[in-house]
Amino acid sequence: MGRNRVAIVGAGMTKFVRRAQETAKELAWKAASKALESCELTLDDIDAVVVDTAPDAFDGIHMNAEYLSDGAGGWGKPVIRGYVGGGTGVFAAIQGWYHVASGLFDTVLVVCEEKMSSCQPHPQGAFLTIFDHTTERPLKPNLLWIFALEMNAYMSRYGLSKKDIALVAVKNKRNAADHPAALLGDPDITVEDILNTEVLAWPVQRGDVSPISDGAVALVMCAEHVARRVTDKPVWVEGVGWSLDTAYWTNRDLSYPTYVEEAARMAYKMAGITEPRKQIHIAEPYDPFDYKELHHLEGLLLFDKGKAPEATALGITQRDGDLPVCPSGGLLGVGNPIAAAGLMKVAEIFWQLRGEAGARQVPGQPKRGVAQAWGDLMQVGTVIVLGI
Amino acid sequence: MKEHVYETVYLREKDFQEGRVLFETWDPNARYAWDAGIAIGRFLQELKAGRLVGTRCANCGRVMVPPRMFCEHCFVPIDEFVPLEDTGTVITFSLCYVTWDMVRIEEPQIPAVIGIDGASPGMGIMHLLGEVDPKAVKIGMRVAAVWKPPEEREGAITDILYFKPL
Repeated sequence: MGRNRVAIVGAGMTKFVRRAQETAKELAWKAASKALESCELTLDDIDAVVVDTAPDAFDGIHMNAEYLSDGAGGWGKPVIRGYVGGGTGVFAAIQGWYHVASGLFDTVLVVCEEKMSSCQPHPQGAFLTIFDHTTERPLKPNLLWIFALEMNAYMSRYGLSKKDIALVAVKNKRNAADHPAALLGDPDITVEDILNTEVLAWPVQRGDVSPISDGAVALVMCAEHVARRVTDKPVWVEGVGWSLDTAYWTNRDLSYPTYVEEAARMAYKMAGITEPRKQIHIAEPYDPFDYKELHHLEGLLLFDKGKAPEATALGITQRDGDLPVCPSGGLLGVGNPIAAAGLMKVAEIFWQLRGEAGARQVPGQPKRGVAQAWGDLMQVGTVIVLGI
Repeated sequence: MKEHVYETVYLREKDFQEGRVLFETWDPNARYAWDAGIAIGRFLQELKAGRLVGTRCANCGRVMVPPRMFCEHCFVPIDEFVPLEDTGTVITFSLCYVTWDMVRIEEPQIPAVIGIDGASPGMGIMHLLGEVDPKAVKIGMRVAAVWKPPEEREGAITDILYFKPL
């Protein structure tokens, strides 16, 4: 199958905050304009636009991506919206990739925006509708249940303690202290701080969870002949993959994200990666909860099942470790405006591979990185491999 | 990359209290009535009668709960309903101390995934545990359904009040 080579040549984002005065359109514009400015292109250079945002119900606006498309540079252009829940941010980059890889467009602007704060009294009011309307919602579920049930299944399978898992939150919130867009960066946070936060739905405590956030992120993706003209530091999309598990989530093995493994295998095959642990130098797995980083590292085949916590305790996943994981600070530290948070991970790999991550730069000039997100009914894995 | 970050204006509670920012609100009036469908319709009828049922795929042999009228693996129709026990095993659980909108509750709710006896391994449903000390709940614990009295059942998942230790 003939595919054109695709590069990322620019990235920009807004600061992530708990509640932004800016509207969704304004946030989208800020991120999109920063991405264009970063590679010295203008909207006239853009052939098509991908605008992704998570559930319309957050904003209370039906067709929300279309509503904010003016801010994302969509006026008068071929525009597509994608939505795979929490997996959306990485999926948006995959959509940008196939727009260009197919040969249909040369230059694509990819914009992800999320404004979770609009939904009152709590965005869970919108989230709760993911539960089955007949067999689950009459039990008056709380969205935290699904994560708590999964986290407990993971901990029990491998005999993990809360401390083993809290180390992820500590690492990521510390990393985020060096991210200029971060909401919850804290260079001094300790594992005791995390373990002392209030219990929400045991084993999930406040410190295990990423914050509700507003924000936007954008990328510019283009064909090789454009990339060579625009920059001398293109970052190539080497592989993409995504996979969906059953929506009957109570029938799944909750201790292992099979959907991530399937997505990773698809992306690695495309990238020619046969030994991910040797060939991938940096990873940004999706970490809306601390245990999910561990879960996803195992699904990405970067550690054996149940072994990611040990690697974390040994410092392997620190920014200066053998496999830096979430050097950005992740969702736990930078913030979790759903779709934007996933694309932030792709942007982080882009900046790290270009050596432009500033105080967050991992040592050793990484050549290849993977970003991954997770969502839908907690069942989708979306994976992208970037390289230089 | 600091130059690639656009500042945003962070609103604080005080900004609203002091009337420094303007906003509009809206209460949606969107009500829904969901048809239970073929497989879950039968599931609910059986719940009303105090029984749990699953479906068996004639092709792969999996006995599934919640029941479906098709097998998502084999992609063939299913028409065989099979009776299940109203007992099972706790696959995983949580002790939940907050409501959905983050108001604290004293006595935790105990949601669980319960593998139902008679279904294929790993086939669980979500329900609540009751009549149990939260500290005593364990993965692998054997539990049984506590049903509403027959005259109060309405053909809903809540016809089972909760599961309690066997």
